[in-house]
Amino acid sequence: MSDTFFSGAPHWAWLIILYFFVGGIAGGACLLAAVVDWFGGPEDRPVVRTGYNVAAWGAILSGALLTIDLGRPLRFWHMLFQSANVPALMFKGWSPISFGAWGILLFGLFAVLSALGGMAEEGRLHNAALRAVGGAVRGGLAKVVGGVAGLLGVFIAGYTGILLSVTNRPIWADSPWLGALFVASGASTGAAALILLAPGRGATEQSLARLSAFDTKALVVELLVLVLFVASLGSVNRVWIGFWGLVLLVGVVGLGIVAPLRLHLQRRPLASAAKLVLLGGFLLRVATILASEGIERYRVAAGM
Amino acid sequence: MPEPMGFFTDTTVCIGCKACEVACKEWNQLPAENGGIRELSGDSYDNTRRLDGIHWRHVRFIEQFKGPYDGRWLMMSDVCKHCVQAGCLEVCPTGAIIRTEFDTVVIQSDVCNGCRACIAACPFGVIDINPVSGTAQKCTLCYDRLKVGLEPACSKACPTDSIQFGSIVELRTRAQKRVDQLKSQGVKAELYGADPKGSLGGLNSFYLLVDEPEVYGLPRNPQLPSRNLAKSAGFSVASAAVLGVLALVGLRKRRMDDMGGPGAGGSN
Repeated sequence: MSDTFFSGAPHWAWLIILYFFVGGIAGGACLLAAVVDWFGGPEDRPVVRTGYNVAAWGAILSGALLTIDLGRPLRFWHMLFQSANVPALMFKGWSPISFGAWGILLFGLFAVLSALGGMAEEGRLHNAALRAVGGAVRGGLAKVVGGVAGLLGVFIAGYTGILLSVTNRPIWADSPWLGALFVASGASTGAAALILLAPGRGATEQSLARLSAFDTKALVVELLVLVLFVASLGSVNRVWIGFWGLVLLVGVVGLGIVAPLRLHLQRRPLASAAKLVLLGGFLLRVATILASEGIERYRVAAGM
Repeated sequence: MPEPMGFFTDTTVCIGCKACEVACKEWNQLPAENGGIRELSGDSYDNTRRLDGIHWRHVRFIEQFKGPYDGRWLMMSDVCKHCVQAGCLEVCPTGAIIRTEFDTVVIQSDVCNGCRACIAACPFGVIDINPVSGTAQKCTLCYDRLKVGLEPACSKACPTDSIQFGSIVELRTRAQKRVDQLKSQGVKAELYGADPKGSLGGLNSFYLLVDEPEVYGLPRNPQLPSRNLAKSAGFSVASAAVLGVLALVGLRKRRMDDMGGPGAGGSN
């Protein structure tokens, strides 16, 4: 038996699952927006603006979810500053939850600046202060801010998996592949979110087709990493014999990866595949988190 | 500077009276679960079942019965191990978890924000949220009592000296003598967590066991959560690099396609 089976469950449930999902989408969408911002053409601007918007709202929602989930939400700032020694910073480079807190803050800052820049570009900012900020984020500065946001986006998508691995919990600490898996899932769900939302801001068919082509590749990478993740679990894989194994196999692999890949190959409507990718990304977080969370119940039932 | 202090728990003399549990709850003013209306476990005389935010001591009842006349009870008063290399202290993002001058590990309740990272990091399942404070809590090794020269409440209350408090160096010597004594009587006895060169640099609350650690709900080789950090981060960066390259190559190809289109061809 893996030594991880003797630890206690941290009660990370639906708020954290939602955060991991939203953070993944926001991070993935921001990375793609930044890449298209740097290397795409003028016809891709709607995708760029949508990506930065998804990233900004995702970062804000992520911060809210994480704060609400705390046992003492008003003490959220204790993760950023030493509570007894303000304004000394609180930072542990070896603790994912510590550097993750700083990551979300910085990601939010750069994503919001990029989103404001995009909205100013469209002339959609009516507040004078926001218009001034958004107006300043343009040209070369906008590219730099967007690039930093994109890099932080990859970090946000992936560090959540590293956070799970840097514990002593079953499944999470039994494999080093969760971070890589969440990065791939963030990329695929980020692309899916853009495919669904960018048409509303005037994205062209060509832009959407490029995103779809990327999503196909991201799904293949996700499937490969998922196989490596399961293989690395070894004897711990017995935890999948049950409901969460079914969710992983049918929901994540079947509906979330294989089905959209098939739709892409058949050149069927992009939106249907994108919705399935989002469902799969959500179920991936549900299965990996709740499968481990539930194990303590068996431990208690066994009188251990 | 005080020397490292801790517990040596000799499970062979524990009688399961739970005086330690009661003394701990009373001294630390820990609340009752569910207003005192507790659901019985139904399959054991142990109804506490586990350590958590309001049970900082737990007497495990391990009932090994093969038949009506062939069995034994193992009892062990479990508590935070006050690891020399503590996983909870390592991951705590607020600095709420500290190492004291007695080499014990304490959660400062006024700093903790209830993120619960320490719960998942502890290899022994010791920590949990106290629903009254909303913060993570566990045994403090009675830090407040130690500060004024008193013995922790649990060991003070233990009627059989199963829980012994003292300096770690002295406790190790005492524990080894007890193991030698038991072995000379033909009892299979081993120390768990007493070796400073062992897992987590040794435990400042260590045990004398007469069965495998797993039987007592203890991991054989407890480790720090950070053992996975470098590998997990490396794979994540590799995954990000692959996806980044795929995105870049796709876009660059498009640009080259655009450049190699009819207009570009005409200029050649």
